Amino acid sequence: MSGDGGFPSDSLRQAAGPVETLLEVDGLQTHFPIRRGLLRRRVGEVRAVDGVSFTIPRGRTLGLVGESGCGKTTVGRSILRLVEPTGGAVRYRGTDIGRLGGRALRDQRRRMQIVFQDPYGSLNPRMTVRAILEEGLVIHSMGAQADRRETAAVALERTGLDREALERYPHEFSGGQRQRIAIARALILQPEFVVLDEPISALDVSIQAQVVNLLVDLREQLGLTYLFISHDLSVVEQFADEVAVMYLGRIVEQATAAELAQAPLHPYSIALLSAVPAIDPARRRKRIILSGDVPSPSQPPSGCRFHPRCPLAEAVCRQQDPPPLRAHGHLVHCHVASRQLEASGDVSLAAVALAERLTGE
Amino acid sequence: MAGYLVQRTVFGLLTLLVITAVVYGLARNMPGTPLTSQLGESDPSRKQNPADLERMKKAYGLDKPWPEGYRLWLGNVIRGDLGRSISRKQPVVTLIGERIGPTLLVSGTAFTLVWFLAVPLGLYAAARSGSPDERLTSLLLYVLYSFPTFVAALFLQITFAVWLKGTPWELPLFGMTDLPTDAPWASRVLDIARHAILPVVCQTYVALAYDSRFIKATMEEAIRQDYVRTARAKGAGPWRVLVLHAFRNTLIPLVTLLGLSLPGLIGGSVIIEQVFSWPGMGRLFFESIRERDYPTIMGLTLTFSLATLLGQFLADILYCMVDPRVSVES
Repeated sequence: MSGDGGFPSDSLRQAAGPVETLLEVDGLQTHFPIRRGLLRRRVGEVRAVDGVSFTIPRGRTLGLVGESGCGKTTVGRSILRLVEPTGGAVRYRGTDIGRLGGRALRDQRRRMQIVFQDPYGSLNPRMTVRAILEEGLVIHSMGAQADRRETAAVALERTGLDREALERYPHEFSGGQRQRIAIARALILQPEFVVLDEPISALDVSIQAQVVNLLVDLREQLGLTYLFISHDLSVVEQFADEVAVMYLGRIVEQATAAELAQAPLHPYSIALLSAVPAIDPARRRKRIILSGDVPSPSQPPSGCRFHPRCPLAEAVCRQQDPPPLRAHGHLVHCHVASRQLEASGDVSLAAVALAERLTGE
Repeated sequence: MAGYLVQRTVFGLLTLLVITAVVYGLARNMPGTPLTSQLGESDPSRKQNPADLERMKKAYGLDKPWPEGYRLWLGNVIRGDLGRSISRKQPVVTLIGERIGPTLLVSGTAFTLVWFLAVPLGLYAAARSGSPDERLTSLLLYVLYSFPTFVAALFLQITFAVWLKGTPWELPLFGMTDLPTDAPWASRVLDIARHAILPVVCQTYVALAYDSRFIKATMEEAIRQDYVRTARAKGAGPWRVLVLHAFRNTLIPLVTLLGLSLPGLIGGSVIIEQVFSWPGMGRLFFESIRERDYPTIMGLTLTFSLATLLGQFLADILYCMVDPRVSVES
């Protein structure tokens, strides 16, 4: 996918001006070797991420959704090179991050930060909040030593915590407070881009909204660009400008959040959306239950990876990997959806037709 | 804190009471007595006449049943008297005082070596986990760990005292020193050091293999944690991540290991001291059991038990220092 592919319909938030591409992920692959036996021979590989491409314009949020094990977390970690990608390229303002090393990589790490899912695991239990926050400043020689305490206090207060918390240890805080510390930890380095790896999944529902609002506020104030990874479509719809749906290491569909919510084209997206509970009975969709389990990413199915579970699968789906189809900024990888789109001539009509075929109405 | 100390002390004393009672009971009920084991059993021609035996039994208080004997021993210990060795005719305290120095020399040196080597080795193994060089190192350490000390000791003796005899690599076969007590101070130190090398090597290698594997395992556990990923995301270099973030979080299990090694430090190794005829605590323990020398057995048992309890207590205190989540109040 090229740089002009994403985000065609500007949201109201940043309608003016040309959009600059901040991050471009191009054919990203991350495979983990499976080793067996005494000699640890490589007997196969888990294709956690197998050819993922997208771009994120500056100041926007891309939501990445999918079931557990679909590779969305690995995408986030590969972008930051916390996991070394096997193939493809990640370009940040045009610079290939995969080629960086030493000092250049360290400088790049400052610009791209991450908030992990589990706030109980992501904060070092042996360090005070202050040490956790200040360490990044020390590593990157940011600010004078005397000012670091104040910088840490400000970062903490920006996430809604009291500066008294600085001298305390992570175990003295609740999950929501810890996640605020983790967010302060990421933002103290003044990054431009933040990977939010399921930042609210481990929190109580009552706290989730608070943290989402905090993340939205910080995005507005600091002009941040987010990659928001989640398995919860309803949160992503609220939070992201554009949403990409992942299945078994690949992106199967990508569209603006509004469009994906109203007119999903890929059978997997349709099924996923049907599982989102709706309060409005008129919006309530008939639930589509997919049969079978997600296949092993070490032996992905031939052709379309979704075909063994797809109610609409045809012969061609078993043989050919569906090529990408773009329609008004809506991207979908599906033989059936492509044909339906051709027949209907309109995304919304095609979406309705596909949903009817899936639910059997 | 004070309440905690009192509680620990009370439990510690109760533990000591149970240990010493059990050991005393077992020792007294073993076949043979200090009197017969010295004379009649080893040399039938020196069979004592029954009247003499009765008289000696009375003199050593061995005519009373063992619970009574234990009560007497306990009373003396409380008054600060560990009694006199039956077979060596010396106060037990003097015996322990003579033996603890040589033991500390070997076990202290081994202990220092082990920790100075095991920590870097464990860190290295964790950092390079899965690489061919790490796998080779781990395999070698595993082979070492599986190797019994008495076999290794004999192998070392053959190599350094027999095969290499006459070369500069020759080392003494056993004992602590070959020089008379009036030899010059410096040459005595050198001689004792040469005698200590093989016992130290023997006592080091097993603990080194075990401890470095232990450190590697706990490090690998720590490395998988999200906060290590966080540290890398901050831009921290590999050493900073490894030492400051991962290693600091493995200190709790290490402190436990450290506490458990204290009794070994004072007790020495029965096998190694025996093979190398090293005049230490372990050998004294072995000999006192063989000679049914009840006062010495009990004195050593008390010392080892105290060291064990003290080690655990120190470990608990250290926990509070290495882990902010642990405090004695809670």
